[in-house]
Amino acid sequence: MKFLQNIVDSVRPHFEKGGRFEKLHPAFQALETFLFVPGHTTAHGVHVRDAMDLKRTMMTVIIALIPPMLFGMWNVGYQHHLAYGMEASLMDNFWFGFLKVLPIIIVSYAAGLGVEFVFSVLRGHPVSEGYLVTGLLIPLTLPVTVPLWMVALAAIFCTLLGKEIFGGTGMNFMNPALLARVFLFFAFPAYMSGDIWTDLSPEAGRSIADAFSGATNLVAFDANYHNMQSASDMFWGFEQGSIGETSVAACLIGALILIATGVGSWQVIVSCFLGALAMGLLLNGVAPADLPNHSMHTPAYYHWLTGGFAFGAVYMATDPVSAAQTERGKWIYGLLIGAFSVVLRVFNPAYPEGVMLSILLMNVFAPLIDHFVVEQHIKKRLKRA
Amino acid sequence: MSVETTPAPDIRKKEALFSKKNIRTLRDPLDDNNPITVQVLGICSALAVTVQVKPAIIMALGVIFVTAFSNLIIALIRDSIPSRIRMIVQLIVVALLVTIVDQLLKAYMFDVSKKLSVFVGLIITNCIVMGRLEAFAMSQKPWPAFLDGIGNGLGYGIILVVVAVFREIFGSGALLGYKIVPQWAYDMGYVNNGLMVLPPAALFLIGVYIWWQRSRNKKLVNVS
Repeated sequence: MKFLQNIVDSVRPHFEKGGRFEKLHPAFQALETFLFVPGHTTAHGVHVRDAMDLKRTMMTVIIALIPPMLFGMWNVGYQHHLAYGMEASLMDNFWFGFLKVLPIIIVSYAAGLGVEFVFSVLRGHPVSEGYLVTGLLIPLTLPVTVPLWMVALAAIFCTLLGKEIFGGTGMNFMNPALLARVFLFFAFPAYMSGDIWTDLSPEAGRSIADAFSGATNLVAFDANYHNMQSASDMFWGFEQGSIGETSVAACLIGALILIATGVGSWQVIVSCFLGALAMGLLLNGVAPADLPNHSMHTPAYYHWLTGGFAFGAVYMATDPVSAAQTERGKWIYGLLIGAFSVVLRVFNPAYPEGVMLSILLMNVFAPLIDHFVVEQHIKKRLKRA
Repeated sequence: MSVETTPAPDIRKKEALFSKKNIRTLRDPLDDNNPITVQVLGICSALAVTVQVKPAIIMALGVIFVTAFSNLIIALIRDSIPSRIRMIVQLIVVALLVTIVDQLLKAYMFDVSKKLSVFVGLIITNCIVMGRLEAFAMSQKPWPAFLDGIGNGLGYGIILVVVAVFREIFGSGALLGYKIVPQWAYDMGYVNNGLMVLPPAALFLIGVYIWWQRSRNKKLVNVS
């Protein structure tokens, strides 16, 4: 550590005002604060300096993302070996998935942070930690077979048009990671839907098992919900899907971390789940009786377990920048996300993953919800006065 | 247009055909006062007809024709239009010109006409045409009005063609119908971007164009 500190101290004068690389100061600062705790002290007046700064908030979310990431890596290997009918140990499965997922994560970070560095140098603002979470969220929402250049393109798109154009971290009105996914979903539909969820790179001397089907539960669900896997398989995550979203259990561990540290809002998470349940029950009630396989008959709690619902509700909807800010607003926001995602799933087979679109939709409406909540509160107070 | 406060010039002295002021009338709409990116008019057709370059060029030519000649005709008869029915008179002139364009396209370029479909007819409702008639032609002499019409049509056309070039290259790997993305790129795993064919892509591209334009042209940055 002392060694690193010496290097940083020796090159610092070049990046200070008047130095040779003055223009690159934000980039230098980003690296320095990444390595060491900055030695800022407050010079004027009395301020409260909280240890809970942006960096710690972001690191907490990353820690909360570790369970779905590790499970996702294992599941990639498990699904691959299952498709070929091979027996593989826990470590074999994990190692296979690790080698497949790691490049996606690296590319996502490299492309997104590259854009952030360029902008911080051009605009002279410090590089913020906002991308650390986005860069990990993007790979977890993608299928493992996605080509790497598409990951890079999506990361650049979401950093540029989702964040930097509005003024950088904290100014985005939509969740950047979901924006990256929705970009890929509409730009390269052949690579984001269909039989792409399992890595089928050839194994020497093996052929794909007859029982293998590339369809995910969300596709099975549209045709005949009885063909879905068992609820426990879907809960633990032994199913095909995007890398990080298959296991509801892993997402719940992450949710506990987020709620315990106060980083994620429990109101949003709980109301998302309640909204989906309520809409699921409502659809059960009005489902056509003569079509026993229609997706409206799906047991309501299945909506919690299928697809990326839990992942979206825990990690995406709780994004503090793009979610509603007021207490009551958070409930309305979450309930509507849950309800809309079930409606999209059931009534629009072309967009099986309704969670993504409904979170983005409610991101746009969040300021409006807040506005009405505040207005109503003011009216109530005025009446009482 | 800035309000000139200088005393009225001698009317008998004839203004040169391409005086500085006239040139500015022609050039302003290309950048500083672009109808799409600065006045934010005519967005709808810019989203609809920019999937390929060829229809975009034809559409731009049609709009240039309509804005130029409607400006000219209205400026010629502006003193005899009763102000209470001026909108109807303007609409009749515009509708006449649009019908001419539409019939010409149907007669000589039927395939393009089918691609542009309803959007040629909708030039009538294009805000640029009515906007220029109301803001410029109703109070100017025929020649500057004609130049203003050409300028605004060109300004609209530039954006249309720029957006269409990007959308056609990235959306279908071609330009004016000729494949320009080589086969080996597809073999290596390149895929055409499906988003570029959808209308939202035009919105993104116009947004990026506005961004680029404002970062270059300091006159457009409004400091509030």
